[in-house]
Amino acid sequence: MTAARISPDGGWLRGAGLYPALGVVGFFLLVPLALILVYSFLGKGDYGGVVWSFSTAAYEKILFVKKLDGSKMLNWAFFTVLFRSVMLALATTVLCLLIAFPAAFFISRQRAFVKGVLLLLIMFPFWSNLLVRTSSWIILLRDHGLVNKALMWLGLTDAPLALLYTDGAVLIGLVYVYIPFMILPVFTSVERLDKRLIEAAFDLYASRMQTLRRVILPLTMPGMVAGSILVFIPSLGAFITPDLLGGGRKLMLGSLIQLQFTTARDWPHGAAISIVLLVLVVTTLVLAARRGTSAKAR
Amino acid sequence: MTHAQSLAMNAAIPQSGSKRRARTADQSLNRFAGFGTITVLLFAFLYLPIVILVVFSFNASNTISVWEGFTFKWYWIAAQNTDLHKAALNTLLIGGVATVVSVLLAIPAALVLSGRAETGSGGKYLLILSLPLMLPEIMIAIATLILFTTIGLNLGIGNVMIAHTVFCLPFALMPILARLRGMDHRLSEAAYDLYASRWQCFRLVVLPLLAPGIVTGAMLAFIVSFDNFIITLMVSGAGGTTLPLYIYGLVKTQMTPELNAISTGVLLLSLALLSTAFVLTKGRILGVSGMSE
Repeated sequence: MTAARISPDGGWLRGAGLYPALGVVGFFLLVPLALILVYSFLGKGDYGGVVWSFSTAAYEKILFVKKLDGSKMLNWAFFTVLFRSVMLALATTVLCLLIAFPAAFFISRQRAFVKGVLLLLIMFPFWSNLLVRTSSWIILLRDHGLVNKALMWLGLTDAPLALLYTDGAVLIGLVYVYIPFMILPVFTSVERLDKRLIEAAFDLYASRMQTLRRVILPLTMPGMVAGSILVFIPSLGAFITPDLLGGGRKLMLGSLIQLQFTTARDWPHGAAISIVLLVLVVTTLVLAARRGTSAKAR
Repeated sequence: MTHAQSLAMNAAIPQSGSKRRARTADQSLNRFAGFGTITVLLFAFLYLPIVILVVFSFNASNTISVWEGFTFKWYWIAAQNTDLHKAALNTLLIGGVATVVSVLLAIPAALVLSGRAETGSGGKYLLILSLPLMLPEIMIAIATLILFTTIGLNLGIGNVMIAHTVFCLPFALMPILARLRGMDHRLSEAAYDLYASRWQCFRLVVLPLLAPGIVTGAMLAFIVSFDNFIITLMVSGAGGTTLPLYIYGLVKTQMTPELNAISTGVLLLSLALLSTAFVLTKGRILGVSGMSE
């Protein structure tokens, strides 16, 4: 076993081959992430940037707003954005799961050639420009867009509906952008599923629902968990989708952070919101990892 | 698991009568009610916006949603747009540099990682290197912005190149690593047995076998840089406009069929790169995008 483990570099690089890559990621990503934490405890500069003095103002601003008489009240605007981000990200994840599982299952049962073509068709949007794909939804959802025209032609509505710049539009956009992230891992786990186990379940007189619930779903759970993480995390921090389809009115955490570093020019506040986002992301990852280990233990 | 598997094995043994039942059971499972319909709707959902986008790039009207006949004029207008040329040039420069540097960083890192168990230190380092995949992009964008401001680094599009390199690194690394892990180690052992030096073994045995992985990694890195918007938006200063930033400006101000024409061009380039990578790896780039591996 160890003899077969001779690496193709013959071991002459030892660990050194890792150093350049680790150095670059360390200096240009890990250090900056630590700097976000530092910045969140600094004072706000007048024209963006920071004043190097300790301050917790950025976090107080997340929790409270000062009223004119100097008293503090809870900052509902922030909690609305936080709530909307988490709910939209959750809804996106659930919708993606509901669509991706049947689709992945269906695709995996096709002939090899058809399967390859269908997967390529799933992957193409995944690797093509996010901005371009999102902006095409503006064309569809506008007041005089094609969806409204279709609805009016069908007689479902008399006047154009306000579809764009709503939570619904953002949700459609998020599902549209992130669904390949769900399909690919779910497909991998469905593909790996031993078909004989399904046959065995049928032979033991399980109904189709029983087979699905007690054999197929538990065995494809790792793929669904992986896909959910891959959809939930970027949805939570999404910027382009709420910006274009929410029209700046339906802010999410990502757009709120971006706003602090540009127009609002409050870098410490933006850094503090990023820390909130980071805590959410890490919590998600830890929960998912724990779910993974408990599933293995069973 | 083993018990269930042995049961499954028994079920697979053709016996009088049970063979027929097993097959019908499998077929009925292939046809879970509605799964096919959902798949068809999914593809309609994925491709309808893209088809509409492309169709309206040939629209003679100045507006996007009213069809007034077929024309190529928007492609002609886009081809003469000098702002667009500048943005395209910036995008190619940034993408080119980020791709080359991230691949050069990824190759030695993959060589080391492939020799280590995924559970040990190898897994830990791989996790650090794939961090850009796990964080929301906006965090990477502002983290990099804060770093550049703090150390006062101001290299124009050089800043964007650095930020993109870090972000592209895991995309370059994964296919190379996957290729190395699937490689037959006996080949390099054989090379050593035949008195090849370490360098000869690397150059004559490992590198040629690794080439498809490197090309795929490079293409994915380039696509990722080519499409990147948020990091570029936060990090680039004046004069650092890339194609996505230019497109964003158009989306926000004036949506004309010229935007559709530009977008169609961008999609075609992504398609060309992806198809090449797909053919080179015989479809195995799926492992990268799945990321569950």
